Amino acid sequence: MSLSLPLLSAVAVLGLLGIGLLGLLVTRNLIKVVVGMQVLVKGAMLALVLAGKLSGQIQTGQTLALTVIVADTIVSVVALAFAVQVRRQFGTLDLQALSTLRR
Amino acid sequence: MYDLLIVAAILACAFQAVRGTRLLIAALWLAGASALTALMMYRLGAPEVAVIELSVGAGLVTVLFVFAINIAGEEPPVTLRSLVPAPLAWIAALGAVALGAWMAIPNLRAEAGLVQPDRFATVLWEQRRLDVLLQIVLIIGGVLAVLGLLSEGRSHARKENH
Repeated sequence: MSLSLPLLSAVAVLGLLGIGLLGLLVTRNLIKVVVGMQVLVKGAMLALVLAGKLSGQIQTGQTLALTVIVADTIVSVVALAFAVQVRRQFGTLDLQALSTLRR
Repeated sequence: MYDLLIVAAILACAFQAVRGTRLLIAALWLAGASALTALMMYRLGAPEVAVIELSVGAGLVTVLFVFAINIAGEEPPVTLRSLVPAPLAWIAALGAVALGAWMAIPNLRAEAGLVQPDRFATVLWEQRRLDVLLQIVLIIGGVLAVLGLLSEGRSHARKENH
């Protein structure tokens, strides 16, 4: 199989999904969790655009990717505000320490 | 060749963003991954969403990350043992990628789709009105949630001062 643009895009999608999942699994810092989620969602956005291109409905792919961008940004903003508050209240961003829920 | 370099750079930036111990450096690597993802979208023929991803993903979100890291403060980059053992996490991630590749890559054939209008705006504002409405609700909900979270912190600080 030649290295066509759809194949390379699929490799990028799978790579981003894998790296994002790995980040979510190995990190213990609350802000790094948001970074891992952002990486995962970039893979999803690229997948939507790729699916739109392959099905001949690139505009629908774009509108769905736009919805994902908005949702992802809102989730990130709320998660970062939450992380800031957690740091203020508990003094740490370490998930292991936070799981005890003691101040 | 050009696309191969872009994909390699996207994956390198994303891996550095996840792997790094310094939060600020991770945010900058993430911005790089966003910018390159936007370039890949442009190459796929989606210039409108590529511009939005570049401005929001590489611009706004990075600024928010830097702002949040400045407020929360960088924790000392100690090497903590992850909640899931690292080999198990690698196996899970590689397994997910292999499964995705097994399902997706053989089906990468272009199909004749519906005849669509040429303009992105036509599809967005006329065919996908519900999506736009959902986005507006999400933005309003997000703003209210952030205001609620941050104002709670301020009132808590006021109580402690009295």
